[in-house]
Amino acid sequence: MAPEALVCKECESRYPLEASYVCERCFGPLEVSYDFLDLDPGEARRKIQAGSRGIWRYADFLPFAERPRDPLEPGLTPLVRAERLAERLGIGELWVKNDAANPTHSFKDRVVAIALAKARELGFQTVACASTGNLANAVAAHAAAAGLSSYVFVPVDLEEQKLLATGVYGTRLVGVHGTYDDVNRLCTQLCETRPWAFVNVNLRPYYSEGSKTLAYETVEQLGWSLPDRVVCPIASGSLFTKIAKGLDQWIDLGLVEGELPAFNGAQAAGCNPVATAFAEGWDVCKPQRPETIAKSLAIGDPADGVYALDLARRTGGAIDSVSDDEIRDGIRVLAETTGIFTETAGGVTIAVLAKLAERGDIDPSERVVGYITGEGLKTLDATRESFRMFEIEPTLEAFEAELEPVATR
Amino acid sequence: MTVTVKIPSQLRGVTEGEGEIEVDGETVGDALDAVFEQHAELRERITEDGGLRRFVNVYVSGEDIRFQDGLETELSDGDEVTILPAVAGG
Repeated sequence: MAPEALVCKECESRYPLEASYVCERCFGPLEVSYDFLDLDPGEARRKIQAGSRGIWRYADFLPFAERPRDPLEPGLTPLVRAERLAERLGIGELWVKNDAANPTHSFKDRVVAIALAKARELGFQTVACASTGNLANAVAAHAAAAGLSSYVFVPVDLEEQKLLATGVYGTRLVGVHGTYDDVNRLCTQLCETRPWAFVNVNLRPYYSEGSKTLAYETVEQLGWSLPDRVVCPIASGSLFTKIAKGLDQWIDLGLVEGELPAFNGAQAAGCNPVATAFAEGWDVCKPQRPETIAKSLAIGDPADGVYALDLARRTGGAIDSVSDDEIRDGIRVLAETTGIFTETAGGVTIAVLAKLAERGDIDPSERVVGYITGEGLKTLDATRESFRMFEIEPTLEAFEAELEPVATR
Repeated sequence: MTVTVKIPSQLRGVTEGEGEIEVDGETVGDALDAVFEQHAELRERITEDGGLRRFVNVYVSGEDIRFQDGLETELSDGDEVTILPAVAGG
């Protein structure tokens, strides 16, 4: 089993496994293809179960001939049965995959672990990225752990928590006056002339493979079975489509039986190019200028938008968007019912789950998995003024006067 | 209007290695047609049925033409028309 080529998703032209991401014939995106001819599903499962406690237990399904060294191995995050949240939303069986439980507290550790290992394999000394925040944290940290130099490009108006949790690792943090899409365009241009590994530009075919590990973990943690429906946030659409690729691979190879679940995508109303295209029946997304508190999802020109649309349509899913207030409520309801504090992107996921349940899209017999991709401490502003703090003098009388009237138990 | 069209490295195989091409044109569409006249193979690489392929982004002095008038976007003297892959990021 080994990666064998980069293949264009549009015209199937093949390219060697190098730092490239665009098909020269049709400009389509390149993706890693594998040779799985010798794979025995039973043996593959046993190898995984005897593997490391993180994403490298799935090394046979990742783009490396041999398992690389990784000092910050992410993955194997909790999949929690969320009974009280299910009850609150009116869903039969609901699981929450808490990917905030990664080294830099978001799913981006998965993709960056893959990209950095590939950067080292290809001989790069410097890594870089265009980020809406979570990726910035991950690239800076993993570069520090690997002893590589790094440049991290972000929109300058990101949440302060995300800037601080990036700069601390000693990266060169560049705040760009513009939207994420401006940052992305700049990085695509820089990639032409700098000898750097941009994890989500020239290494994107490898980087995005890391998101498949969320699919593999879900299957393994559900006792080698599939969910009926997944709800996942969409920024570029890469995570959304790669979870499907991971599930598809394992279904094809016989590691799990069943069909691809319904895929529900979640966007913020203030940046919903994919949800809009879904609702309008378009094949392509019209770019937008984002205006939302869900900054980690604020990509107005999503690279994988067309594939996300196709996936939602062919699996009987949908792509919905929710308002900033609904996002804040989503953060609260998840925290109150599961003890998991998520950032705004997770609020988007929970709010869309609530919307689907309310609309009657989820059958009571369905097993649903919601993906929580990041940590609430990174977007603290979203919870400000959403609750009251009692302030008292340090006396019993003061406590009783203030709290007795509201105490229930 | 005289403008500079910037060609990404992935397409320089069909522009004899040229990364910047100076052409005349009133609109983005005119400027691209002028480039295609010099490098015919480029047309098929980035266009389809008279429009841009879906993974091709074009910017006029940094601004995505889809926020303007698409291929009808008018050009000013000295503008830079940049062609870039749309498959990065996220």
